[in-house]
Amino acid sequence: MNGGLSSLRSEAAGAMRTVLVSAESLQLTLKPELTQEEQALTQSGRKAKEAHTAGNEDLKEMLESNKESLKLEAMKRIVQLISKGKKSSDLFPAVVKNVASKNIELKKLVYVYLVRYAEEQQDLALLSISTFQRALKDPNQFIRASALRVLSSIRVPIIVPIMMLAIKEAASDLSPYVRKTSAHAIQKLYSLDADQKEHLIEVIEKLLKDKSTLVAGSVVMAFEEVCPDRIDLIHKNYRKLCNLLVDVEEWGQVVIINMLTRYARTQFTSPWKEDAVFDDNEKAFYDSDSEEKQGQKEAKPYIMDPDHRLLLRNTKPLLQSRNTAVVMAVAQLYWHLAPKHEVSIVTKSLVRLLRSHREVQYVVLENIATMSIQRKGMFEPYMKSFYVRSTDATHIKTLKLEILTNLANEANISTILREFQTYVKSQDKAFAAATIQAIGRCATNISEVTDTCLNGLVLLLSNRDETVVAESVVVIKKLLQTQPTQHSDIIKHMAKLFDNITVPMARASILWLMGEYCERVPKIAPDVLRKMAKSFTSEEDIVKLQTVNLAAKLYLTNSKQTKLLTQYILNLGKYDQNYDIRDRTRFIRQLIVPNEKSGTLNKYARRILLASKPAPVLESAFKGQLGQTPLPWTNEMDRDRFQLGTLSHSLNVKAAGYQELSDWPAVAPDPSVRNVEVIEPVREWAPSVGKAKQPKSDDKFYSDDEEKEEEGSGSGSEDSSSSSSGSSSSSEESGSESEEESSEESGKTSSDSGKSSSGSEASSSESEPEQKKKKRTKKATQRKSKQSAADSDSDENGSGPVGKTSSSSAESSSESDSEEDSDVDSPPPPSPPQKKTVAKTKPKVEVKTKKEVSLLDLDDFSPAPPSAPKSSVFSSSLLSDLEGLSLSNVSSAMQVTTPSFGPVKTYELLHHMTGKGFSAKYHFPRQPCLYQPSMVAVQVILTNSSDHSLEEIHIGDRSPASLNIHCFNTVERLEPGASVTVSMGIDFSDSTQAANFQLCTKEDQFSVSIQPAVGELLMPSTMTEPDFCNEQKKLMGMNETSASITMATANTSKQNISKQVLSVANVGVVSSGQNDLQRFAGRTVSSGALVLVTLELREASTALLTINTEKSVMASMLLRDLKQALSQS
Amino acid sequence: MIHSLFLINASGDIFLEKHWKSVVSRSVCDYFFEAQERATEPENVPPVIPTPHHYLISVLRHRIYFVAVIQSEVPPLFVIEFLHRVVDTFQDYFGVCTEAAIKDNVVVVYELLEEMLDNGFPLATESNILKELIKPPTILRTMVNTITGSTNVGEQLPTGQLSVVPWRRTGVKYTNNEAYFDVVEEIDAIIDKSGSTITAEIQGVIDACVKLTGMPDLTLSFMNPRLLDDVSFHPCVRFKRWEAERILSFIPPDGNFRLLSYHVSSQNLVAIPVYVKHNITFREGSSQGRFDLTLGPKQTMGKAVESVLVSSQLPRGVLNANLNPSQGTYTFDPVTKLLTWDVGKINPQKLPSLKGTMNLQAGASKPDENPTINIQFKIQQMAISGLKVNRLDMYGEKYKPFKGIKYMTKAGKFQVRT
Repeated sequence: MNGGLSSLRSEAAGAMRTVLVSAESLQLTLKPELTQEEQALTQSGRKAKEAHTAGNEDLKEMLESNKESLKLEAMKRIVQLISKGKKSSDLFPAVVKNVASKNIELKKLVYVYLVRYAEEQQDLALLSISTFQRALKDPNQFIRASALRVLSSIRVPIIVPIMMLAIKEAASDLSPYVRKTSAHAIQKLYSLDADQKEHLIEVIEKLLKDKSTLVAGSVVMAFEEVCPDRIDLIHKNYRKLCNLLVDVEEWGQVVIINMLTRYARTQFTSPWKEDAVFDDNEKAFYDSDSEEKQGQKEAKPYIMDPDHRLLLRNTKPLLQSRNTAVVMAVAQLYWHLAPKHEVSIVTKSLVRLLRSHREVQYVVLENIATMSIQRKGMFEPYMKSFYVRSTDATHIKTLKLEILTNLANEANISTILREFQTYVKSQDKAFAAATIQAIGRCATNISEVTDTCLNGLVLLLSNRDETVVAESVVVIKKLLQTQPTQHSDIIKHMAKLFDNITVPMARASILWLMGEYCERVPKIAPDVLRKMAKSFTSEEDIVKLQTVNLAAKLYLTNSKQTKLLTQYILNLGKYDQNYDIRDRTRFIRQLIVPNEKSGTLNKYARRILLASKPAPVLESAFKGQLGQTPLPWTNEMDRDRFQLGTLSHSLNVKAAGYQELSDWPAVAPDPSVRNVEVIEPVREWAPSVGKAKQPKSDDKFYSDDEEKEEEGSGSGSEDSSSSSSGSSSSSEESGSESEEESSEESGKTSSDSGKSSSGSEASSSESEPEQKKKKRTKKATQRKSKQSAADSDSDENGSGPVGKTSSSSAESSSESDSEEDSDVDSPPPPSPPQKKTVAKTKPKVEVKTKKEVSLLDLDDFSPAPPSAPKSSVFSSSLLSDLEGLSLSNVSSAMQVTTPSFGPVKTYELLHHMTGKGFSAKYHFPRQPCLYQPSMVAVQVILTNSSDHSLEEIHIGDRSPASLNIHCFNTVERLEPGASVTVSMGIDFSDSTQAANFQLCTKEDQFSVSIQPAVGELLMPSTMTEPDFCNEQKKLMGMNETSASITMATANTSKQNISKQVLSVANVGVVSSGQNDLQRFAGRTVSSGALVLVTLELREASTALLTINTEKSVMASMLLRDLKQALSQS
Repeated sequence: MIHSLFLINASGDIFLEKHWKSVVSRSVCDYFFEAQERATEPENVPPVIPTPHHYLISVLRHRIYFVAVIQSEVPPLFVIEFLHRVVDTFQDYFGVCTEAAIKDNVVVVYELLEEMLDNGFPLATESNILKELIKPPTILRTMVNTITGSTNVGEQLPTGQLSVVPWRRTGVKYTNNEAYFDVVEEIDAIIDKSGSTITAEIQGVIDACVKLTGMPDLTLSFMNPRLLDDVSFHPCVRFKRWEAERILSFIPPDGNFRLLSYHVSSQNLVAIPVYVKHNITFREGSSQGRFDLTLGPKQTMGKAVESVLVSSQLPRGVLNANLNPSQGTYTFDPVTKLLTWDVGKINPQKLPSLKGTMNLQAGASKPDENPTINIQFKIQQMAISGLKVNRLDMYGEKYKPFKGIKYMTKAGKFQVRT
């Protein structure tokens, strides 16, 4: 079918040519075409060569014709010549004329030709330069780019200055595509003229600053090629590169990851030493983000640099790439940079790569082999993935075998050995032999199975295949050498089998064993020698040599029995055809048989021949060199001296241009070099690791976080004034950073990154409100503290008010603060926001540090959501953890009713994480509702912290359906970063049942619920004392609820009591004449039922709390709330 | 990075060369030929070969060696992955990637290679972008081109490289808007002599063929996403969304592409859909061996096992085989000793079997290894892991697309040891 079609096609082409071309040119074109084919058949020969030039003549003519189609045809044939590696440089002048052609394909083909031959025809190539120079100014970015591409690909030294100029210009082009091309051109120019290095570095420096994902990969490539040692150029761009990484094209990712691996090894301190404790405790990694862990390590001051963490975190999602090179790059990055217990997350992805093409398998297996030597645990669960299939290529089989051997331990050895048994029977004998060696290695490594292995190997001795037998004998020999004390029966067994074994190597090995341990088998050895004497002449050389050895050794130990035999053998050897054997015989004879010529050497013969020999070490081929001589520059022969995934590692030879991974520095270089531009001057902390050593105990625990926070805000301030991209989770920076870019392409990038990682966007936006919130909180704090100071003799500690009004997470924390250690110093004024967000871990940690280290990492889990463990393996960033954390805090904030003296207690309605950047909070203003008297007024603060404006915010479906809500007017548009306060009314019908409704934007709907505290369902009611008493009398009996309470000492003053009560319930104070009686009155909002609260103080700070109301359910709830509020400070 | 590329066919001829930097003499391939000679099988040529001045990294596909010449340190996987991408692109363009196809389209091949690498560094490897730059050849276009003198090279400069979604070209238009997804699962298994499973795992892919107008935004959700253990995505899939909600959300490339590949978590037991009863014996001293093989379905959830193909590499000593299949046809190649039996569909009422004798070399001792049996099969309309797509939604475009999902289970590397 195919052939038919192609012939049809050529027919059609031929017909067309007839139409198009005049008869004359037809003659000219067709004839040489035939000869060319002939020539293709005969390949060379003078005749053909002539025809070839004739063909080129013809092409020349075609190129010079006026017809485009002819030219094109000619160019196509020229390209065919090039592809076959045939010479066509004589056509250069004719081709180069067409460089300015309008026809795009023709032009492209001319480019192909130019790039191939310009080097050879430099003078002529110059003719084309002006065309490119013109094209460099073209308004179309692709024409500019392709002009630069070809111009830089022409390897003509004379145009270096022109290229330099073009590169510099293109580096500041508006189009990122052109800038990318210029990055490529840098390498080309560098290889053409290395003297330009300095200028090129300038361009690289400039392009490194580029924020386009398109450019990043190419410029890093140029950096690696031109100036890989100028690590200082990376500092300022480090964070940007980390953040852009996910969106860079896959090939660029590989290059960037490899470069960053190298960078990180020079800039950060080793995370490994301290990890020793956690080694093998791989689970620990999964849901703890190591900051916490590091935070706890008080004794060990290692704290991972946040930038180090940033790199690890941002590369992790790339393990899911479809590009095997990217996965491998990330794997090696983790291997070389991550704390030991984190490395294992790459395992699964590496094992996945084994499903890929044969060549990929090979390289991946090589790397796994190296890894599995050091870290068995990593791959042990995936052991079965390394089982050999009969269809695997030999080198893959061998590598799998290698890995299986590395993985063997006491627990799995029986499974592995069973598997090996199958391999031994393989038709691929080289592989079977390799398996026997592997069994030998297992036997030496794992003493429990040594005997089993030996027995198994002995059984193999009766195998029919020579290689298998030979290999077994050799391995047994090695094994016995390691434990010579036992196993004389194995030697006996081998002696018995000796007659059946034909492989010379195996026979030689047995003979050697006999000789070496002849004292253990005193009866058999001479007998074997006797047999050998008979067959000596027909043996292979190697066997003969060992026979001579055996004879010599027996002569020394048991000369009585073997003297004659030895002499016989020595005589046979003396006249052997092989001079090696003759030599050996002569040497042995002189050594062992005393005569007048042999001097003192004779005395030492026994010590020479029967010296105890060191056992050979059975080791992984990957540990040592694969049969190669050690290299001069290193004594180590381990493969792991090379960076994983590199060509050098694959070959186990240092490849040209290999960049060594440096060792971790003992002291990290100043991390502030990575800070970009302005660091916020207000900050008081220097971003240094030393921070952790601050004496103040409460600082110690979260200094890591603090630092993060600061780094974040540092880069935030760099980006712009908007102070986005702060906060500890760093993956968000990518979003916000690209957000800042104002140029056209950056817009694209940002939306691009948005598309590919909507999650990160959400998290990016998260930082913004958080900071705002903090600012707000800070102000509130100050206001509040003034208030409280003025208000009363507030004996609460300083952190109290801060906690109450700050973000929800802080709330619970400050509470626990005051509960657990009430003597916390009030935080320094500028820091409260940061303090608060992190403080939540503090009290726990403080308790923990007193315990053992092993408990620490268990406790790590506690702040994280309990359901997380498995799923967060996938989480690339703090995202999910954060989400979990903040959500759990929300709920606790709602349940725990901390006493608050002001009415403004804000609750979370919609968290910005769940709301994709849209958040809402509400509070009860405690004002009568404007819409309906039976409704409770609620104020909702809507905040948009996403990066796009939200439209049509309104309330949607509600449940229960009967719920009466007065909705706020639809908010038409909420700009990013803006917030708006709206009020609504809800009729709760005097129940604390939550009001559920949907908060809708144009695109999304979020289910939210407002659950009022019982105190909010009241309205203050003013009445006089007599009125109060009258009403109270009506509400006795069933309607009265009372309890005696023990009040906190702080609350004994009258003022404080009323403050506490008011904070819980929206009631009015009834002025009272009695000092020990306090009365409060209110009505329920919906039904207007009276609620009367009486507090009768008694001695020793106990009090009787009485509530009179028809609504008994409310009464008991209110009682509970009040009791709780009053009994604590 | 990649200096040059040589294409070498099975008989050892270099039939195409392309250089991205200065020209490397083709004599560098001699080192490759040496390695090829040493290797017993074509697959055994090591992928990375060092030579005094260069390094050769090669892949073998469709009986063509793609040999890349490297001069300095580069991650070998980078090159290997790229070479495979080149092959994929050729396949995409010419339907097949054979020597003949490459030779026929050498100009297009050259143009493609020119676009894919710049100075040895990958430039445009996404097939959608390439197709905008260089139109794939079709017979019609070839005819038209010859008449009008127009070309395969796109007149319009591509926009894809700069767009928000680099994998999708803009301005796609279809009259029938369709999106098809194939969930294909492969079972890799090793079954031991006694029929018990030594190792079995399921690897799956979702291949998509999406022909939708404009810029559709698709979401695909699963009934049981927990099954997916280790996944790798096409770059179009939004990773964070998957992390958070286990939903595949993506703007698809135009045409055929692999949306994701996955590994089914090893906790789940793998249902093995076929069983093999075998009795392959060689008697000592006799020049005959017995061969008896029966296949049967097992755990197939009522679906038929189709396209069954059994192959086995018999021991070297076997001269010939006289077998009698109850259905299908068998062939035995006396040179390679490869036995293949094309069974077809397994009928549970009448199990297919292959029985007979093997003739051994006279006087040769009995082979000490029994052959391994490789089985291929297909089961339509079933994903053996139980994975189910819940729904597919489209946003961003107004029209209603036609959607289809197909499930299939295949044997991957399915081996039975005897």
